[in-house]
Amino acid sequence: MSRVLRVATGVIIAAAAVALVLVLPHWLSDAKAAEFARAGCFFIAILGLNLVTGYTGQISLGHGALMAVGAYTTAILTADHGFRDLWTIPLAGLVAMAAGFALGLPARRLSGLYLALATFAFAVAMPALLKRFSGLTGGSQGINLFDQALNRSTGALGHVHVLGRSVATNDFLFYLTWGIGLVLAGAAWLLVRGRVGRAFRAVRDSEVAAASAGINTGFYKTLAFGISGFYAGVGGSLFVLVSNWFVSPSTFGFDKSLLLVVGAVVGGLGSLAGMALGALFIQFVPGWAANLSNAPGAPSVFFGAAIVLVMILLPGGLGGLLRKLTEPLTRRL
Amino acid sequence: MVFAVDWAGVAQQVVAGLSSGGIYAILAVAFVLIYRATGVVNFAQGELAMFSTFVAWTLTQHGFGYWPAFVVTVLASFAGGIALERVVIRPVERASVLTIAIVTIGLFYVVNGAAFWIWSPEVKSMPNAFSTRPIRIAGVAFSISDLGIIGVSLLTVLVLWLFFRFTKLGLAMRAAALNPESSRLTGIRVSWTIALGWGLATALGAVAGLMAAPPLGSFDQNFMQPILLYAFAGAVLGGIDSALGAVIGSLALGVFLNLLGTYVSWVGTDLRQAAALAVILVVLLVRPAGLFGTTAVTRV
Repeated sequence: MSRVLRVATGVIIAAAAVALVLVLPHWLSDAKAAEFARAGCFFIAILGLNLVTGYTGQISLGHGALMAVGAYTTAILTADHGFRDLWTIPLAGLVAMAAGFALGLPARRLSGLYLALATFAFAVAMPALLKRFSGLTGGSQGINLFDQALNRSTGALGHVHVLGRSVATNDFLFYLTWGIGLVLAGAAWLLVRGRVGRAFRAVRDSEVAAASAGINTGFYKTLAFGISGFYAGVGGSLFVLVSNWFVSPSTFGFDKSLLLVVGAVVGGLGSLAGMALGALFIQFVPGWAANLSNAPGAPSVFFGAAIVLVMILLPGGLGGLLRKLTEPLTRRL
Repeated sequence: MVFAVDWAGVAQQVVAGLSSGGIYAILAVAFVLIYRATGVVNFAQGELAMFSTFVAWTLTQHGFGYWPAFVVTVLASFAGGIALERVVIRPVERASVLTIAIVTIGLFYVVNGAAFWIWSPEVKSMPNAFSTRPIRIAGVAFSISDLGIIGVSLLTVLVLWLFFRFTKLGLAMRAAALNPESSRLTGIRVSWTIALGWGLATALGAVAGLMAAPPLGSFDQNFMQPILLYAFAGAVLGGIDSALGAVIGSLALGVFLNLLGTYVSWVGTDLRQAAALAVILVVLLVRPAGLFGTTAVTRV
């Protein structure tokens, strides 16, 4: 497939994705729009995880904690420093990026499971630390921005006025999360196609070979964690907005980190479209499972069974299936 | 400044730490077993142990004593572990390590949920395995239960070592873990050795759960999760590919946690896990493959 055609396919897919995001809220109920907005936050965080795990081959069990860093940045800046919530989103990304770089430092020395334990420690420590420094974080009560929503936040009630149009809050949040998500997906796509992406993949496929080809493996591993931290931070920041302007230490327990890994692998590591499917999976499948039966524990059984089934039937994840389905089409181009 | 060190208290805390460390060690060895065979951390390990413990609890409710229930449960867990591997892991045997790991995360949800579904969320309590009386050694009172748990842990690990060292089956399993391709050529059914590994690991989990539950007083379906965390940490601290390392790492971790909880008061229960993991992290940065792990040499 020639380069021009490849780029053209990319542009067409991107245009289709943008169109889908634009029209979807018209068909969704208000509550469904809010759920999709939540899935958008997961999408952004999983995009970041995909850069670390899918492209650079480093396992991270700590991305929930990176989301927490972004979420608390937004909450603290809005609640205590008078920022308007939308402006804190890039700042949350940057702070989480710094945390991501810090988390990436052990990756210079550790690999495989040993690195997984380091990131795991970060994920387990985060809720405890948030409770410990309660002066800053509000302790286990968390921070509620809902009261401030009227002046500082994105209209918690009623409509939001953008570009001279009035949009229902949940629709606005949907556009916000998936809009940012698409932009960041585009950025990730550009990143992995270029020099940096090649270095990432070289580190994943063989660290020794990458090093002997002159790639500074430690630098690229840390870089992957840093960039990925930015994504997780933005996702976390938006997560505060879609969770009724509220965040507490239990929002980002270890289970969130685990859920993100599930989303990334079920979605199919290394596939950008797959990440969106993975995000939808971790957002909606637990709810469907709860609809099947409400007995204690039953939803968990169905959710787990769904994960196992997807992995057995599609070892390459949902993205792998997508690739298989579109291959006859793209091959002909 | 004069410190009056209460040596009797320290000794008691060390023994109590060794007792919880022993429980971590059993589970950590289960981790190592599955890791060496398949290169995967079994995230469901702790939940499987919890499930076994609940099975044993049901038996004790139907007139079984603690030890008969223990034996039946460990055997049933062995069979259950093999069955589980055949049904769930076998289909993804050739998939990537991450895929298999996610399957075990799925299993985590299934087993945890199933236990809530079957046994309802009320807390349970287990009859004691050992006498609750203290025993005095050299003037210091130790709990018989702690000493008993240490004994069972060491015995379990010893039996396992003897199995791997002196039986043909153990040798076959080690060979299959070390080099699946060559083992297959010598006639070892590698896929079945993995199933056997799962069976052994699940049986080990049952032992760990059954040791851990009675001293808790009351327990619910989530009681193995912190234990799983420490067992994982202990295994990695020792070097995930070394069974001996996992045992020593877990015992050290148990003692360290207990002393930390007793003598460093600002580390509350919240920060205990974090502090333990932070210390392990520092150890790993000095020795990236754990205390007893082998540094893998890879060929390009």
